[in-house]
Amino acid sequence: MTYVCLTDADREEMLATIGVSSVEELFRDIPEGVRLKRELDLDDPLSELEIVQRLERLAARNVPAGEEISFLGAGVYDHYVPAIVDAILERGEFLTAYTPYQPELSQGVLQALFEYQTVICELTGMDVSNASGYDGTTVAADACYIAKHATGRSKVVLAESLNPQVRQVVRTYAPGFGLEVVDVPHREGVTDPEELRAAAEGAAAVIFQQPNFFGCLEPAPELAAAANDAGALPVAHVDPVSLGVLEAPGAYGCAIAIGEGQGAGNPLAFGGPHYGFIAAREEFTRRMPGRIVGETTDVDGNRGYVLTLQTREQHIRREKATSNITTNQTLLALGGLIHLCWLGPQGLRELGETCMSLAEHTKDRLGLQPVFPERTTFKEFAVRIGRPAVEAIRAARTRGVHPGYPLGRDYEGMDDVLLVAVTEKRTLDEIEALAGALAA
Amino acid sequence: MKLIFERSREGRRAATVPRPDGLARAEAPQELRRRRPPRLPEIPENEIVRHFTKLTTRNFGIDTGFYPLGSCTMKYNPRVNERVAALPGFRDLHPLQDEEGSQGALELMVELQEILAEVTGLDAVSLQPAAGSQGELTGLMLMRAYFADRGEGDRRRKIVVADTAHGTNPASVTMAGYELVKVDTDKRGNIDLDDLRAKVDDETAGLMLTNPSTLGLFDEHIEEIARIFHESGGLLYYDGANLNAVCGISRPGDMGFDIVHINLHKTFSQPHGGGGPGGGPIAVRRRLEPYLPVPAVVRDGRRYRLEFDRPKSIGKVRAFTGPFGVFVRSYAFILAWGRELKTMSEDAVLNANYLLARLRDAYELPYDRLCMHEFVLSARNLKREHGITALDVAKRLMDYDFHPPTIYFPLVVPEALMIEPTETETKETLDEFADAMTAIAREAAEDPDVIKSAPHNRPVKRLDEVKAAKRAVVRYRFEDHPDLAAEPTASAATEAPKGV
Amino acid sequence: MAAEESYPDDIRYHREHDWARIEGDEAVLGITWYAQDALGELVHYEPPEQGATVSRGTPYGEVESVKAVSDVIAPISGEVLEVNQAVVDAPETVNEDPYGNGWLIRIRLSDPAEAEQLLDAAAYREVLAEQ
Repeated sequence: MTYVCLTDADREEMLATIGVSSVEELFRDIPEGVRLKRELDLDDPLSELEIVQRLERLAARNVPAGEEISFLGAGVYDHYVPAIVDAILERGEFLTAYTPYQPELSQGVLQALFEYQTVICELTGMDVSNASGYDGTTVAADACYIAKHATGRSKVVLAESLNPQVRQVVRTYAPGFGLEVVDVPHREGVTDPEELRAAAEGAAAVIFQQPNFFGCLEPAPELAAAANDAGALPVAHVDPVSLGVLEAPGAYGCAIAIGEGQGAGNPLAFGGPHYGFIAAREEFTRRMPGRIVGETTDVDGNRGYVLTLQTREQHIRREKATSNITTNQTLLALGGLIHLCWLGPQGLRELGETCMSLAEHTKDRLGLQPVFPERTTFKEFAVRIGRPAVEAIRAARTRGVHPGYPLGRDYEGMDDVLLVAVTEKRTLDEIEALAGALAA
Repeated sequence: MKLIFERSREGRRAATVPRPDGLARAEAPQELRRRRPPRLPEIPENEIVRHFTKLTTRNFGIDTGFYPLGSCTMKYNPRVNERVAALPGFRDLHPLQDEEGSQGALELMVELQEILAEVTGLDAVSLQPAAGSQGELTGLMLMRAYFADRGEGDRRRKIVVADTAHGTNPASVTMAGYELVKVDTDKRGNIDLDDLRAKVDDETAGLMLTNPSTLGLFDEHIEEIARIFHESGGLLYYDGANLNAVCGISRPGDMGFDIVHINLHKTFSQPHGGGGPGGGPIAVRRRLEPYLPVPAVVRDGRRYRLEFDRPKSIGKVRAFTGPFGVFVRSYAFILAWGRELKTMSEDAVLNANYLLARLRDAYELPYDRLCMHEFVLSARNLKREHGITALDVAKRLMDYDFHPPTIYFPLVVPEALMIEPTETETKETLDEFADAMTAIAREAAEDPDVIKSAPHNRPVKRLDEVKAAKRAVVRYRFEDHPDLAAEPTASAATEAPKGV
Repeated sequence: MAAEESYPDDIRYHREHDWARIEGDEAVLGITWYAQDALGELVHYEPPEQGATVSRGTPYGEVESVKAVSDVIAPISGEVLEVNQAVVDAPETVNEDPYGNGWLIRIRLSDPAEAEQLLDAAAYREVLAEQ
């Protein structure tokens, strides 16, 4: 059997050293009443070849991006992840290591996470980042927890144009946190700063998304100002791929910046694992959840890295911890770091510009009615197609094109609306194919 | 070693972003535009590869050597799992793909759910939680919803947690809005039943327990513990961190637990990745199923689908259906063992008991019992007699090319060393480790300085953690390095050459 | 550089390892040598606000070392008159001089009679013997 390391001879010797006569005897402390008295109802063990064959059969029953021309976005995106990401992440010294609690053995991961934290702070204009959260939804809950304890207030305000799954996760965490959650409706695809200001009275935090779930650019500096006026912490949920062309949240008055990192460095993978990022102004350092890597020196004066401010975390502070998070998304965050270093500042800017330009081109070629014609969009936009979106999707897919996400799943009165995402992977021919598939 | 920012030179780049000819340029409105580029490194591709490769030479993984971190289950991560997770049909599948276009993924999830239900002895599974801690929090949210539905929510405010519990348990209790009640461990390493009976009443929502505990000991009174809680109307939550000890031998559902989380990155071989990702699916008794997160992934005849219509669901704890790439790896791992999964646990327990037998004389053994898949020693004798602490032992082990065990946990044992070998170790490796630990105990008497000055062969010596906490430097301070503080000039990069 | 172990006779103690030096209707509060020794070198002090109320037996702030966090407990009740900024800036002062420069807050007593419930040095040493 595949992963067994002991021979029968080994077991004999070991049992003798222990002083018992059988493996069965090692379990003598387990009461009879809770023993499983039959075999597990699982199949026979498979060889590696058989495992691969089984998994290939299952994979063949999926239609990934690559087998159809896909304009699906809505939170995770088909961006190009360079080959070096896999080449580095496959290395066993990263892949099979665990949390760097013994820093002398883990300078590789620790330094990489320090670099990741730096990159996130650079992108978002913030002073401190953690070493990753679970995904772009849970970091919103984290931000609410920080805000509650920092302000002493128990209400959070969410823009309706914020990703619906993010809002749903915040609402799931809210009862345990003792938080009231209030939505502010979108007005023609963006959030009205005056309405936000009114709703933010007495709130701990306000969370808005830039670009928002509809792909529209929010009046982000005014939203942040509105939150600050009401004494609430402005929290921007941002797309890392946009931060070469769009302003950093730290530059327009936000307290915390969060987001889903997937678009930088991770494959789609049917939704995960990915990584969430969370970064904040310096004053919130001690309230940050999760691991943080800090720089220091060793006894010889050499520079090195350690997990720091660990007294925030569960293994020390226990019930008063800033979060219960332990295992995070390190490997995925490292993928993000590598991808962003590969892009560099010019590449990131060009990536953002190309996506934006391709999306505009797509709007033109489709000739369909934009839902929010007055709004500038980034790499996604919403169009009305004059019939139920789910039908249009089914029809388009028979022509090898997935035209986008049916917004009616999450928003009233949008059953005929498609959310179309255009990344740098979409060619002009593919965009023509989309136009053809939707016109039919 | 340099930071990647210190390798940056203006004008260098690795990526080319292809852009079709003649594409009209779209721009953000002035007031929303980025004014100063982020200070990402400007560096060619080969330098990036060299940088990260060099970092890997400064890191230790399971692939490097023996890694006996207690309660982390650092077993071999099979490479075939990486191969199948990278199949395009899994890797490039969008989570919002139509159900018809994701039947393979949904089938895999349903099968994994059924396997986990069988292994835990429970009825319904959600794969959504992103890690063990999130599984714990989800389980507590389920309890809240269950009791609220029964009109007992206001009354049942307390969760009982063992004093040996991993710190995530009390942290999860607070995040779920519950009050923590701690219960003692007795001299045999079991929960103190008298203390427990005094602390459980009709204000108790439930218990969070790992069994075997973080001491590596199976609680001999688990049936009585379950009775105490169920009689008072409470629920039992099983922290699955130590499931590697009992697969196919004793199932948490049969022990009396109602909610279980499983750590896919422990028991089921998802690679730890330097700190994550993980997977923390939960399994529950049928009566708790309505509260599970949405969407549920269900079998419908011969098809598979997502079900969102669960009015009593607690909601969502993570995006989509969870960390699917982790499911692929764990599923492949379980296929390799099949119904022989029991051998995995038997070998894990055998390896641990063998090491325990070989080390019990050189160190103190706080609980004189057979252990399960892990055990705890105390270095208190070395501290008392020679001033050598558990920390010192850990650093010296690095000189012997081993990753140290967990130290200073569980809190109830002073100078604790928590050792979990797992099943994927040969007897020779265990002997080498035992020899090293014994040698260190001898060095403590004969040559303590060599221990105190360890490690000797690593890129760094012992690091100043006080300094790191006092003046926390948590990002590269460009402003302190003027030659690198200048922004990369946007104009220096004219249109990049078109992608080939 | 940590101080030598000592438990001065001119102050009073609380069994959670906190002390109070009574000065008329005011008191100065801090943590004992035992507490700073158990924590190790302090890296952070989270004080209460000036003007806040502290109550006997309840926490008024936190001290942290690398490996632990501890509440600081008020041995006696009052209103915060002054926070020792020197300790906020250099928490290790507490390790060097726990009863002098390492004082944490000065309060105006709200119920001076509470002082009678405090332990003297001898009684506190007995508490330590039980640890």
